[in-house]
Formats: sequence, structure tokens, C-alpha cells
Amino acid sequence: MNFEEIKGQAELQWKLMQQSDNIRILIGMGTCGRAAGAEDILDVLNHELAEQNIKADVSPVGCIGLCYAEPMIEIMKPGMPSVFYGNLAPETIPEIIKDYLINGNPRSELALGIRGEGTLDGIPNLFTLPVLKPQVRISLRNCGNINPENINHYIASGGYEGLAKALRMNPQEVIDEIKKSGLRGRGGAGFPTGVKWQFCHDVAGDIKYVICNADEGDPGAFMDRALLEGDPHAVLEGILIGAYAIGATEGYVYIRAEYPLAIQRLRIAIRQMEKYGLLGNDIMGSGFRFNIKIKEGAGAFVCGEETALLASIEGSRGMPHSRPPFPAQSGLWGKPTSINNVETWSNISAIFPKGAEWYASYGTEKSKGTKNFSLAGKIVRTGLIEVPMGISLREIVYDIGGGVPEGKRLKAVQTGGPSGGFIPEDLIDLPVDYESLAQAGSIMGSGGMVIIDEDTCMVDMTKFFLTFTQAESCGKCIPCRWGTKQMLDILDNITNGRGRLGDIELLQELAESVKDNSLCGLGQTAPNPVLTSIRYFRDEYEKHISKKCCPALHCQALISYYILPDKCEGCMICARNCPVQAIEGSKRAVHVIDQHKCIKCGSCLDICPSKFSAVVKVTGKPSDSPEKPIPVASEA
Amino acid sequence: MENLTVTQDTRGLLSEQETTVDDRLEEILSSYRGREDELIPILQQVQQVFGYLPELAMKKIAKFLNLPESSVFGVGTFYAQFKLIPTGRNIIRVCRGTACHVRGSAQILGEIQKQLGISVGETTPDLEYSLETTACFGSCALAPVVVINNKVYGKMTAKKIGEILNKEAQ
Repeated sequence: MNFEEIKGQAELQWKLMQQSDNIRILIGMGTCGRAAGAEDILDVLNHELAEQNIKADVSPVGCIGLCYAEPMIEIMKPGMPSVFYGNLAPETIPEIIKDYLINGNPRSELALGIRGEGTLDGIPNLFTLPVLKPQVRISLRNCGNINPENINHYIASGGYEGLAKALRMNPQEVIDEIKKSGLRGRGGAGFPTGVKWQFCHDVAGDIKYVICNADEGDPGAFMDRALLEGDPHAVLEGILIGAYAIGATEGYVYIRAEYPLAIQRLRIAIRQMEKYGLLGNDIMGSGFRFNIKIKEGAGAFVCGEETALLASIEGSRGMPHSRPPFPAQSGLWGKPTSINNVETWSNISAIFPKGAEWYASYGTEKSKGTKNFSLAGKIVRTGLIEVPMGISLREIVYDIGGGVPEGKRLKAVQTGGPSGGFIPEDLIDLPVDYESLAQAGSIMGSGGMVIIDEDTCMVDMTKFFLTFTQAESCGKCIPCRWGTKQMLDILDNITNGRGRLGDIELLQELAESVKDNSLCGLGQTAPNPVLTSIRYFRDEYEKHISKKCCPALHCQALISYYILPDKCEGCMICARNCPVQAIEGSKRAVHVIDQHKCIKCGSCLDICPSKFSAVVKVTGKPSDSPEKPIPVASEA
Repeated sequence: MENLTVTQDTRGLLSEQETTVDDRLEEILSSYRGREDELIPILQQVQQVFGYLPELAMKKIAKFLNLPESSVFGVGTFYAQFKLIPTGRNIIRVCRGTACHVRGSAQILGEIQKQLGISVGETTPDLEYSLETTACFGSCALAPVVVINNKVYGKMTAKKIGEILNKEAQ
């Protein structure tokens, strides 16, 4: 079968499915969906459909990015717009089936939104909701729409059209097209993809490699996982185009073992490609030869760095080496190699059918196209988002994310994971592009975006990142191995009340020298959290050091719990629940916490009845706290 | 005294497993060609079969791949996935990613350590539970997350994890 026939067949299958008289139900079965209970929902759904004798096609799909609303289903009734229901509990399923599928009442109060032609019972269109309206879905174009385990769905949605087009061009034209699109590496550093390919293309050699870097290691980032789970072919098609452009015949997807579902879907996708002749010796009859393998990472953050990644594929410890030579000149087994990130590959397969100009129409002058972010932390609507470059942080946090929960104040936005930095609340109108983020001291990074509220201590947060980078430092070069350790020790002292005057300056000096002298990206960027937190939140450091107090009431060594004498009614519940018997008191006597015994677990604060709210968490000691139990205020 | 018994138990288990290492290793190696870049996949499979990397297996792998034993040991100790001692039957992994951190994963880890009486990287004496942390599972929307034997538990609280462990223990 040639590609045209395959495509015809896929489109027919898709059309039949769309026009079928059957009800179709899509269920989000990404890792997030499953963790939120999608498997239970699926069980109840199948059971209930059988019980009510309703014929429906139920198919699993990837994540549409509304993680906060998982588990989620989409019901498509013939002739009706499809309806999304979110935050489902198993017991809601029979209600929806009975009311909507049997009695025609879509239960608008349970619905998130609709999509497709027509209106329904005042339910808003999903894509007009604040969470989706500012988004432009290019790399995530199919996530949540197609069954990721069915290649025909991908082909019917325009898949492999880009490859077909690329194969009709010569490799240099393919590279020029990518250059024209302005696409820059989505792994974080933002190197122009076309230029990288050009280097690799221009190096002489009969064996060249392409690699997909799916070693998504930044804590707080899950864009690549969701993309691979939701639309593996979009990534694989991009890899094929890249391989053709640079002249590679073999490729690898280097993916973390922590992503079993993504690995499984990649394996399925690769098998389907082999069946359709999209891998092998004569792809689409063009004579282009290419094969791809999956390499599972074994758990080392540094392997996200390209030279370390290569060492890992070769079977060694994942330690980086200095560049040059760059992998484009001498990469895997000394051969020219182009390494690009998952999201970059998916953008490439999107660019080809529609053209470079179309892609470059999104974004800013220097940062073209869109960027995926995983929005997490203290935010109302956590999720996977894709936004045009140049959008402001404000739009992301407030419009898409719905702001900070529980009426708390936004303190900072952290981008770029352990390699990035903190952007304070007053820079909230900053446009999201490579240059602006770098100017603010952070980086675009691979797309982790963690929202931090007033309850988070910035010194502790910095310590958190340094704990991570220090543990993940491979140990090869001294600035990173010892510099991260020294910075971590100082931060540990500060958060434990042992900070000394001069620590801030020492931290800055260390940070600058680790940044300038480390061998690879891990060490060169590890100081960013330190530098940005000092730049924007110096007063928090100063309070920790000179006043021994933690303004966010977070650092355990600097906080204590007290019982307010005018509020305590002597109910004894806190004393009974204290795990270390640190609370002294008797019935109708103001209780007192023995600060030497207290382990600061906060049980007393949690358990004190809200009508009394007598327990407080403070940094420093309140002046009116008694030393010994005294009668309660209402008795005095 | 009690501790001593435990050590003996663990040793018993070790030697028992090592007698069967040969056959099972043979089977694993039969699907590889002996190329250097197969080292990590082989170790991954050995770890999956034995739950850890037995010393004997590492020596044999070195011979099979024609590598110095130090290289195999180097790789085995470099990557977080590999264990040199047996792990428990149930593996509890607490996510310590950023999103989980700001939503209180430290307290959850503390609660598990308290309940099981072990620290991160340790296994209970009865070989029932091992406790590990992971940088990020990529399920940040459900933070804080705990994974027990590959089942993801989201939106954890110290109280909820306590209940789950109690249920598991029964």
C-alpha cells in the first residue's frame, strides 16, 4: 500500500466513526487522568452502558491539558455538539448516562463545555473558556482528540502529510524551511533548530544520528510526557523529517523510565509505522531509509544534557564532556548527531503541512511559534497549556490558571525548574519569550511553571532546588560538585537559624563562579535559583539571618506554635493529640506548649476547634504567652 | 539481638537468590549480542527480574560485554534506578518535585517514615516495604503524589497516606 491508499483508508475509518450513529465517548487516560481515577470511571462507564443496553464506542485519548478537571470524559451524541464533563466521581456516571444519553438532558450544571457545531442548553463552548481561549495548540494539536494508539486517527488528522511534503523537497530545502519558521529548541536553551540541523547536515559522514531528548527531568514539568502519551506520532513524524534533512538513517528516543505509559505508546506507534512502511528501507517510496529505537533512561537528571545523554546511550555513566566538539560534529559513537527535544519534534511535524510563514505568524520577533508549559503549584487550574510566545505571565497565571487558590497572594512564578529562576509578582506583565525571561534572570526552560504563593518561603524554595541539583550533579567538574554543595550548606544554615552576616554575599560569589566555571548546563544554571531569589527576595534572606525569622512561617527551625491565652477554652483536645506530650494543661485551664518538647508537627493547630482558633504559628515569641497553665479567660 | 536475626534473614535470602542467578541471567543475556551499549538495558532487565543487581550478575555481565567489572559497577551506582541490595516487595515512592514540594510532600514523606520506621533508600526488616523518593512523576496536577507499586495516589495528605498504609498492611 502506498501512502495515498493508507491515507484514504484512514480517512474513511475516521469519517465512518464521525458519522456513525453510535454514541462516542472519549475518556482522558493519560497518567494524570489515570491517577485521578479514570480507570474507575471507565469501569463504571462500561458497566453502566451494558446495563442500560446502550451501544457506544468508548475510546481512551490523551490529555487535553485540563488536569484540574480530571477525570474527564467527552460524550459525542450523533447530531449534537460534544459535551465535556470533568471532575467526575464514579457515582456521577450513571446519572449522566441516564439523564443525557437516555432522557436527553445534558445536565448543564455538570458539564464543563461543548465543542462542535450548535449550542446546547446554555453550556459554553469549551474553547471560549478563559482556560483555553488564549491557547494556541500546535504541538498539542491532537492531544485529547485522537486515540494515540491508533495511527489511522493521526493520519486522518493530517498526520504524515508533513513528511510526505518534506520528502518531495531536497534536504537543504527542508532545513531552510525550518530556519524560516524561526523555530528554536524547546528543551530550554532556545538554539535555532534549523541552524543546528545545518551544522549536522554539513558535516561529512555516511552515518549520522537523530535523537529525541525525552529525558524530561525538571521537577514540576510534564509537558513532554503528556505529548508523548497523547500524540506519539506527532513526535515521531518530526524525527523522520529531521533525519531526512540531516541525512541520518538511525534514531533514538531517549526517555525516562519513569514514564511507562509514554514508552508503551511509543512502542505501539513504532510498530504501526513499521506496518505502514513509515520506517524501514524505502519510506513512502522515496528511497529514504530510517529506523528508530527507544532507550530508557535509568534515572539521572544530568542525562538531559546532550553530551551526557550520548554517554548514557553508549552504555556509560551519564557524564557530560566539554563542547566543542558539538554533537552535530561528533556525537553518538563519534558520528554527527542532532539532538532535539520532544516538543521541538512535534512542532516540526506541524510546520511542514502548513508552511514556515504560518508558524512564524505566531509569537514575537525573536521567539516564534508557541510554547508548552505545565502549570502547577499554587494555582487554581493546574494543567498543560500551549500559548503563543509573547503572552504575558499575567494572562497565564490569572486567565488560564485562574489565579492563586484560597485567596492567597501570588509571590513568584518559577520557570525553568532547577535551572531557572524566580520571577517576582511585580514582573507579572513580563512577556514570555526567551529574551525577556533571560533578562529577568530566569530561563524559558523546558516549560515547567510553578506558581508560588505567600505561604512559600523563598529561601527554603531555593534550598529545595539546590538539594536537587547537588544530588544530581554528576561530580565530574569541581565547580558544580563542590559549589552546589557549599551553596546548599549555606542555605541549610540560613533556614535552620544558623545564618551569619555575609552569607548572602558569599552565596552570590559562589553562584557567579559556579555559573561561569561549570562544565555543562547543569552546573552553569544551578545557581539561577540562588541568584534570582537574592535579587528579588533579599529581605527574606536578611530576616532569616539577622532576625532568625521566616516571614512565610515555613522554616521549621524558625517557627513555633503557641496557644493564645485569651482564646483557649481549656478543652484539652490539643493536649490529647500532641504526639510528644508537649502540651500542659487541665480542663478549663489555658494550655501551654513546652517549646523544648515541641516537635512542631502542627497537630495542635489542625485539631484546635475553629470556634476557638487558639493555636497560632508564629516566628518569634508572642509577648503575652504564659509560662504555666492559668485559668481560661472566661473563668477569670 | 533482633537486628542480628534480621541481618541473617537478609543474608539467607541473598545467598538463596544467588544460586539461581546463573540460570536466569543466562536467559536474560541470550537476547543480547554483547555490545557495550547494551549494558544499561541488561542491568535494567536484571534489576526487574531480581529486584536489585546481584554482585555475581554484575561480574558475569562484565565478562559477557567484555568490560572491566569497575565499569559495570560504575554504571550500576551512577543511575538512581539501580539498587545493589534487595528491595522490598512493595515500593513506595514519594514525589519530591517542585509542585509536590509547595503542596507539602515533605510532611507526607515524614509521615511514611514515621509509620514504617525507615528512611529514604531503606527497606523494612521484613522486606515488605522500600521507601524511595523521585524528582518528579510528571503528575503535578495531582500534587502531592505518592506512588505505591506503580499505582499513583494523588492529592495526598499526611492523614490519607496513613490510612492507605494501614490498608496495605492488612
